[in-house]
Amino acid sequence: MRHFKNFGLFWYDFVVGDDWSVAAGVVIALVITALLRHQNIVAWWLMPPAVGTVLGVSLWRVTRPED
Amino acid sequence: MSAVFLLISTFLASAVEMVEALTIVLAVGITRGWRSALTGVGSAVVALAIVVALLGPALTRIPLNDLRVVVGALLLIFGLQWLRKAILRASGYKALHDEDAIYQQELAEARSAARVMRADLDWYAFTLSFKGVFLEGLEVAFIVLTFGSAQGSIPLAAIGAAAAILIVGLAGGLIHAPLSRVPENTMKFAVGAMLTTFGTFWSAEGVGVNWPGSDAAIIVLLGLVLLISFAFVAALRQQRTRLAIAELES
Repeated sequence: MRHFKNFGLFWYDFVVGDDWSVAAGVVIALVITALLRHQNIVAWWLMPPAVGTVLGVSLWRVTRPED
Repeated sequence: MSAVFLLISTFLASAVEMVEALTIVLAVGITRGWRSALTGVGSAVVALAIVVALLGPALTRIPLNDLRVVVGALLLIFGLQWLRKAILRASGYKALHDEDAIYQQELAEARSAARVMRADLDWYAFTLSFKGVFLEGLEVAFIVLTFGSAQGSIPLAAIGAAAAILIVGLAGGLIHAPLSRVPENTMKFAVGAMLTTFGTFWSAEGVGVNWPGSDAAIIVLLGLVLLISFAFVAALRQQRTRLAIAELES
């Protein structure tokens, strides 16, 4: 059981890394893009600002000054 | 153009990870003996080859659009992680990767570790070399496989990776010291920017987006990613300076 848990943790760490918000942000942005395309709405403009926002949020989470 | 980016990305990603693996293997080999260390390296290479051999053919069977969603998303997540670390290092929020310091620490730990023999091998030297090469190599294997399959050319991606492994391995073997002068953070910055660019392009294309200008959009995206990244570096440097001044004044 412990080996399965370690195996799962290894892959989580490998794919998601040390900030889950990056993976979550990427998935959310892609789902919204897919939904827009499903409605035949032009959606190429969505990913670039979404990627910038995800990166900015991730950096902010590490560097925000402590209160 | 995409083929050039593919080669550069896999070459730089492999070179960076190879430099880090080399530091570990050199420290272990010099202090504990080369036989166990190199057996660890060889075993890790075989394990990586098995991973590539299993995943490579499986990836080529997935329809291109489905593949590009998954692979693009993975590349984007990897790319943003590399970019985030490179930005934090460039702005002073994270210490630069110091291969000399890591090497000295590895040397000290390898000297003090107990010698346990298993299968006629110094187990510490074997496992440390194995882990160093396998873990650093796994990310490269993923980048090579995902980048190569989405671009439709795993062999080209593998050539970029193999060239880096050969050059770094030869350089390490010749100078017998960690390659501390390699501009690791700049290389990580470049790899992060390229993975983020291609990840964005492919994942969006996979969910049905038609990029204006088709493949030419990649250049615009790369410029945008670099611009945003440099802006973050500048903003974070300013924030650090502001905080340092505020601390001095208080």
